[in-house]
Amino acid sequence: MGLPEIWFAVIAFLWIGFFFLEGFDFGVGILSRTLGRNEPERTQMLAAIGPVWDADEVWLITGGIAIFAAFPAWYAALFPAAYLPLLLVIVAIIVRAVAIEYRYKRPGERWRSVWDTSVAVSSALLALLFGVFWAGIVHGIPLTSDGQFVGNSLLSFINAYSLLGGLTLLTFSLAHGATFLALKTSGPVQVRNARWAMRFDVVAGALMTAFAVWTYWEFSRGSVAALVLGIVAVLAMFVALLANIRRRPLLAFWAHGVAIAAFVFQMFVALYPNVLPSTLDPADSLTVAGSAASDYSLTVITWVSAFALPLVIAYQAWSFWVFRKRISVQDAARAHY
Amino acid sequence: MSGMDDSLLVDLSRLQFATTTLYHYLFVPLTLGLAPFVAMLETLYWRSGNPVYRRMTRFFGSLLVINFAMGIVTGIVQEFQFGMNWSVFSRFVGDVFGAPLAMEGLLAFFLESTFLGLWLFGRDRLPRTIHMLTIWVFVAGTWASAYFIIVANSWMQHPVGYELDPLTGNPVLTDIWAVLFQPFALWAYAHTVLGGLVAASVFVFAVAAYHLKRRQHLPEMRWAWKSAIAMGLIAALGQLIVGDILGVYVTQDQPMKIAAGEALWETEGPCASLALVAIPDQEARENIWELSIPCLLSIVATNSLDGTVTGANELQAQYEEQFGPGDYTPNVWIAFYAFRLMMGFGLVGAAWMLVAWWRTRKGRLPEGRIFWAISIWIVFTPWLGNMFGWIFTENGRQPWVVYNMLTTEDAVSSISPSFLYLSLPIFFLLYGAFAIVEFILMRRYVIAGPIPDDEPMAGEPASDLPKQVV
Repeated sequence: MGLPEIWFAVIAFLWIGFFFLEGFDFGVGILSRTLGRNEPERTQMLAAIGPVWDADEVWLITGGIAIFAAFPAWYAALFPAAYLPLLLVIVAIIVRAVAIEYRYKRPGERWRSVWDTSVAVSSALLALLFGVFWAGIVHGIPLTSDGQFVGNSLLSFINAYSLLGGLTLLTFSLAHGATFLALKTSGPVQVRNARWAMRFDVVAGALMTAFAVWTYWEFSRGSVAALVLGIVAVLAMFVALLANIRRRPLLAFWAHGVAIAAFVFQMFVALYPNVLPSTLDPADSLTVAGSAASDYSLTVITWVSAFALPLVIAYQAWSFWVFRKRISVQDAARAHY
Repeated sequence: MSGMDDSLLVDLSRLQFATTTLYHYLFVPLTLGLAPFVAMLETLYWRSGNPVYRRMTRFFGSLLVINFAMGIVTGIVQEFQFGMNWSVFSRFVGDVFGAPLAMEGLLAFFLESTFLGLWLFGRDRLPRTIHMLTIWVFVAGTWASAYFIIVANSWMQHPVGYELDPLTGNPVLTDIWAVLFQPFALWAYAHTVLGGLVAASVFVFAVAAYHLKRRQHLPEMRWAWKSAIAMGLIAALGQLIVGDILGVYVTQDQPMKIAAGEALWETEGPCASLALVAIPDQEARENIWELSIPCLLSIVATNSLDGTVTGANELQAQYEEQFGPGDYTPNVWIAFYAFRLMMGFGLVGAAWMLVAWWRTRKGRLPEGRIFWAISIWIVFTPWLGNMFGWIFTENGRQPWVVYNMLTTEDAVSSISPSFLYLSLPIFFLLYGAFAIVEFILMRRYVIAGPIPDDEPMAGEPASDLPKQVV
């Protein structure tokens, strides 16, 4: 295993970090609008992610830039091909970030209601789009032998498999977000989210099972690693469901972590040795070896990551520890006026 | 694709990148400059416990946060756009250019967002000293972030530390230290940070002027006024020195940029004269009219009286010999006037601060309406200065996107121009709408002024405040 393979795994890891952390932020964003019965409850739910969501989103930036730095040819083929889906992603990211920040800047039902709806819609859209995006990559896009994309920027990423990927990530985010809120809030909001976490886990678990089977059957049949990862993802969702039934949200939260890690790793195993399969001719696919940066360049970013990533994980974990306290509806109201 | 479509695609892609980058740069300088200012206030409060400092920390801190949120998301757009719109560029430079970008993410971006959260929400959850330190870590993150981006940009201006791959012809990184510490990057970085400090000083100065004019929040605003003047004058002085040194590097590494920036068509020297005003004729490659001062250009561009400065026509001939036929001269109108507007707008704030310092010495507060009006409206000048600076430096290296290696024309993604007909209006609408919201919020917070300790403020937890039940 050389540096390109290590970086292929690092990129999987960064996207796992993103889905694990931002996944509950997406969920909370959607749930605050739907399960929050009034403005103070919505504030309470959003306050639970207030100190951390911005840092969670950095996993996306780093995950994207790592593709650029470690696999320039992958980045250069994928991003223009996905121009339209990524444009939607950008719009949703901007709207969501601005809405989360600006909702607090003025009191008042109307002002906040508009921003809260924006948060919910953009969060749902992002969870769906990232699932479609990655499953769409695993599925492959029409690339010619000289690496030219000849498909439709939107439709080439949309197929039954990628839509299933999108719905899986969306429902996963809902389950993960509800679990997070069951863990981090108190009062009626906590009770309601604990109940919904269970229901979402049923749906997300079912979709993830279907997705894992499909990934194995169509894209990685015969690979023991893909089989094991698929089974781990399904089992972990089952554990999460049981944990939520037994009102143990912390266990469910970590089980979601295992599930999403297995979900992403299974897709990467299915991709390997490609990074971007061609649907026209498998021989035209872009590969790990064929798109990697030079050894020296990979060595540089490996040293930087070996130093920085443990540090990032440590201080981010510390920040979660600092804000470990449950948030009541009163805390949240006082915090943001 | 036809040739016309090609050039349309390049123009639209450039328009989109230029506008979204300049928009992003509305937020960057204020973050760079205001973050250390707020950190200093927080530290003074930590040391003295003086409520004046506490009120000011909260006040300027909330302005910093409003500004920071937009800076982050508009920055994310840039990192997507490299791939979406400039994929040939991305494939070409990825091996070198990707490294500083990855470093920004890993070493700076995580730091700033995590520690901003800790500072903003952690006042009652962290020990006092740790809480005070979190904002300094945030400052370090924002400054490190700017550093890595300037390193990446400087590599495009002056590529170093690479070899060309014999197979692909792409540059391959061979020496990261050369990329990280080349003088061009270090001086450009100092130039950028000082531009941020000047912008923040003028901002604080104008905010203070608004309240001093109305004789309100006097203890806070007198302090803000004085420290803004001190910070602004020191930063502007530093900028004069750093800008001059950077100019020498640019003259050496990108002579065409300086020739265009000075509308200098024919090589001059010793004792090259500096045009103050010029009407360049790009077609005829000469100035229709100019007003110039003898010898001054030699001094500013080479730091010596008898330095020779090469003109655009000689450089054009050199380039044609080296790279074949083509137009290697950037738009001289833009270069010449952006250069002057950068300096004018960049320094007028500091110049006015000298006047203001004299008029308000020993605690006087002048009555004149014009004095206060200028002190308030001058707030826009450093933004214009910073933006013209970027227009100058990015326009000045055309037609290259990577100097002497890849032209902008060749760097663009081969996508349909219709994508840009979609994305450009989306960016214009979205950015326009948020600019309005941002401006309204900023204005509202500035006008409200520092609020008493027993009233909590937006975006800030306040557990030490009396309980309010909703």
